[in-house]
Amino acid sequence: MEHVVIIGNGISGVTAARHIRKLSDQKITIISAESKYFFSRTALMYVFMGHMKFEHIQPYEAYFWKKNRLDLVQDFVEKIDVNQKKVYLAGQAPIAYSKLIIATGSKPNKFGWPGQDLDGVQGLYSKQDLELIEENAKNAKTAVLIGGGLIGVELAEMLITRGIKVIFLVRENKFWGGVLPAQEAALIGRHIEKHHVDLRYQEELEEIIGDENGRVKEIRTKKGEIIPCEIVGLTAGVSPNINMVAASDVETARGIMVNEFLETSVPDVYAIGDCAQFHTSINGRKNIEQVWYTGRIMGETVAQTICGNRLAYNPGPWFNSAKFFDIEYQTYGWVFAQLKEGEEEFYWEHEKGEIAMHLVWDKNTHEFKGINSFGIRLRHDLFDKWLNEKASIQTVMSLLKSANFDPEFYKLYEKEIITQFNTVTSFEISLKPRLWWQKLMTS
Amino acid sequence: MKNIKYFGMGVFLLALAIFTSLAFVGNFELTERGMRAQLNEQELTNLEKPLMEEMVGKPYRTSFTFSRDFIAVFNRINEDLKAKEEWDKVMWSPVSGIALKLAQSSANGIVASHKMLFFLLTFGLGILGSLIYIISDLKIKGPPGIKNDGIYHDSATNRGWIGILTAVWLISFYVILYFHPYIIANLISITDPIKGLFIEGEKASKWFLYGLLYTTSMTVMGARMIIKYRHNRYQIVRTITVVLFQIIFAFLLVEILPMFGLPGKDLKSAWPLDYYFLFDWNVQDLMSSGNFGKFVFVWGIVLSIIIVPTMVYFYGKRWYCSWVCGCGGLAETLGDPYRQLSNKKMWTWKLERWMIHAVLVFAVIMTVFTGYHTYNVFVHPEMDSKEILFGISAFDIRSWYGFLIGSIFAGVIGTGFYPILGSRSWCRFGCPLAAYMGIVQRFKSRFRITTNGGQCISCGNCSTYCEQGIDVRAYAQKGQNIVRSSCVGCGVCSAVCPRGVLKLENGPEANRFGNEGPIVLGNNGFELND
Repeated sequence: MEHVVIIGNGISGVTAARHIRKLSDQKITIISAESKYFFSRTALMYVFMGHMKFEHIQPYEAYFWKKNRLDLVQDFVEKIDVNQKKVYLAGQAPIAYSKLIIATGSKPNKFGWPGQDLDGVQGLYSKQDLELIEENAKNAKTAVLIGGGLIGVELAEMLITRGIKVIFLVRENKFWGGVLPAQEAALIGRHIEKHHVDLRYQEELEEIIGDENGRVKEIRTKKGEIIPCEIVGLTAGVSPNINMVAASDVETARGIMVNEFLETSVPDVYAIGDCAQFHTSINGRKNIEQVWYTGRIMGETVAQTICGNRLAYNPGPWFNSAKFFDIEYQTYGWVFAQLKEGEEEFYWEHEKGEIAMHLVWDKNTHEFKGINSFGIRLRHDLFDKWLNEKASIQTVMSLLKSANFDPEFYKLYEKEIITQFNTVTSFEISLKPRLWWQKLMTS
Repeated sequence: MKNIKYFGMGVFLLALAIFTSLAFVGNFELTERGMRAQLNEQELTNLEKPLMEEMVGKPYRTSFTFSRDFIAVFNRINEDLKAKEEWDKVMWSPVSGIALKLAQSSANGIVASHKMLFFLLTFGLGILGSLIYIISDLKIKGPPGIKNDGIYHDSATNRGWIGILTAVWLISFYVILYFHPYIIANLISITDPIKGLFIEGEKASKWFLYGLLYTTSMTVMGARMIIKYRHNRYQIVRTITVVLFQIIFAFLLVEILPMFGLPGKDLKSAWPLDYYFLFDWNVQDLMSSGNFGKFVFVWGIVLSIIIVPTMVYFYGKRWYCSWVCGCGGLAETLGDPYRQLSNKKMWTWKLERWMIHAVLVFAVIMTVFTGYHTYNVFVHPEMDSKEILFGISAFDIRSWYGFLIGSIFAGVIGTGFYPILGSRSWCRFGCPLAAYMGIVQRFKSRFRITTNGGQCISCGNCSTYCEQGIDVRAYAQKGQNIVRSSCVGCGVCSAVCPRGVLKLENGPEANRFGNEGPIVLGNNGFELND
């Protein structure tokens, strides 16, 4: 019988496994060193903050794996032998595969800072990181976070709930400046500071200094400032976790190189999720995508190929979401940090500075390109449709009411947004009344 | 600020301690006059002699010891009469109610003479302390937003010792209230001054104490709910509405209507939650109360048969369960700190479906029996054994229903076990009205919780904070909408979602279930789902 072995039980690997099972009767084994059961990596923070227990962030009950005949192996993969088609484990006998899916995700970036391996220095990525931060937080008064991105904010939010003072060093002069346009970066920056995080822009780590026990006691910045601290959070992004294929014939660069079919350089070996790197960009996206949703889409796709329906990775319009303390963020399409040539934009911000919307369209064709929304929820289905159909900015703006996904009774800002839009642009949009959104899906 | 919060907690605990200790203090002494005033003719004939010999003039330290002695006398005499088969002399009224009446009229200690003072020391201080505790969170917990930090680190909300202690207190309170109310004779009597505001000189019943405590808890904890979710207008509007329904319909109108000689009915209570709707005494009461009584009777029928399903069709059962209902209202306010404790496992869903529908069947059968009996009372008054149908007594069925469902399930388990089972175990496993509305909601309703395309990250906040134990995430992560009979539409799943994935909404029934295929939105490699 065919035996599909999947290394990694994150969203990519588990999605692949679920879909292979839907499509076929092959034997499926999922190997993970990190945890027995699949859990939602993005939810680790809620366990630390006491919103949930670890069991709550596991989307499937134990019976699910048995019922779907997904064999789980908790062990560490030491190496892969692609000639013998075997996976070698640290604690158990090797496992032979007919098809191998590598879905090993990422690991936190470490840029060779002096002292980066001291006790008290850590990232936030794995279940083990969660256990570590529990320990590290016990007697900590001050934490310094390096790198301003999503994981950094999560870590800040977590530590604040334990009464730990958080100093957040951001290399750029604005928050998450590589992704967010200046207005949004400022908005989020203000909100983070409102939560008593000491946000320091244009500050970089020079050195982490330990005490005689090998524990961090302070850090020194590039500007020479010494900051005493008990925790250093390394949150300057993640990179593909590909150690286990290092000695094999599988071609790698930063990640495991794959074509659009998620096939590696070696037959019957596939890579999906954070650890995969595309030879050529797919649909104008980055070559390495480290997002929950792209992992899921790759899992859905590779399952088809494994089951005989060779299918190319073809993600729909880009979307993402996050939450910065109390502010929810959703994005559809592309709103780049820097406006691209030939693009036009509109930015609206509520007077209290915590709700905002940023839209981008093509100057000539008026094609809608993307939206960033803060504090207003939007309907994914509608934006997905509009982006697929290359709808105009006029269409999007006039139907803004129908695209609102906020809970009932929420205060609506569409009128205000359109009024300002008509004032600062040359458009004359009249806001259409709220329609049942599904009527718009078929029109 | 933290100190102010602790101070509030201290004041509340002091009030709670005084309230609880009232059961253990006082002075109870049966007088001949009291005995004659409280007992009816038959009881007096049976009990006068033994009571005069054994109890009158004897001081007791607590209403419990007082009542214990009375109940012993009562049972002894009754057993005697039963043994002699003197059936016309046997006393059938529940002894606990008689014991309570006697204990209340025999109280002459410090509590009896300072009712208002003790009311203020318990209810007054309790409200004050809780409000200080609650309002200080406005500052301590920071800007508006989801406030679930530390819920699973706190022994009060994570089935720790505080939670267990709270459950023990609540369960004891319910058992005493339903089955041994004489133990809390003092607690009941301190609400006399409030009862007196409605009808002068009238003494509070145990249900008055319960109603007042219930309404007060809902109001104070409603304020907490509003502060906690002050960024969320759905929660604010809903909480204000459900608390107002409790204050106006379940409490004030029930007290005010009798002031005008009208029956004090809770007009929002719908059959089969209102299980005694067709009981003979209820119908007789309504029929003898003029046009208003007849209106209430017709209203009850229209509410249950027409309004309830119609509203569920348009808005889902949430219109009742989390906007109107008293049980739901308590769960959403007093029960909110415990909502995460409901079990989400598949086996509990299976159990839930068997249990709640069994209770619905039980309620229907019980209503058929009592309805048959009531019909005979009105139409065939000359008939013997009016209550017997298929050889079974309607009285037996209704007393079993009242005991098992009305008292044990709805009260002791439903509320007493808040800190163990979560806030909605009655609504989820036991409420026949919820079962009835659930069937409509599942098969014929415009309501659903829409999942926002492919934005779910399977974090589990929605499932964890679902008080009804629905595994919301199981649907959301597949892009499916949530259409479940048990959903009461509290809206907290939507509130706690960090990615803006869930929205409660009413819309056309077409595509109500959302994504039907295995592929979630965002993957253009497939056109399978169409």
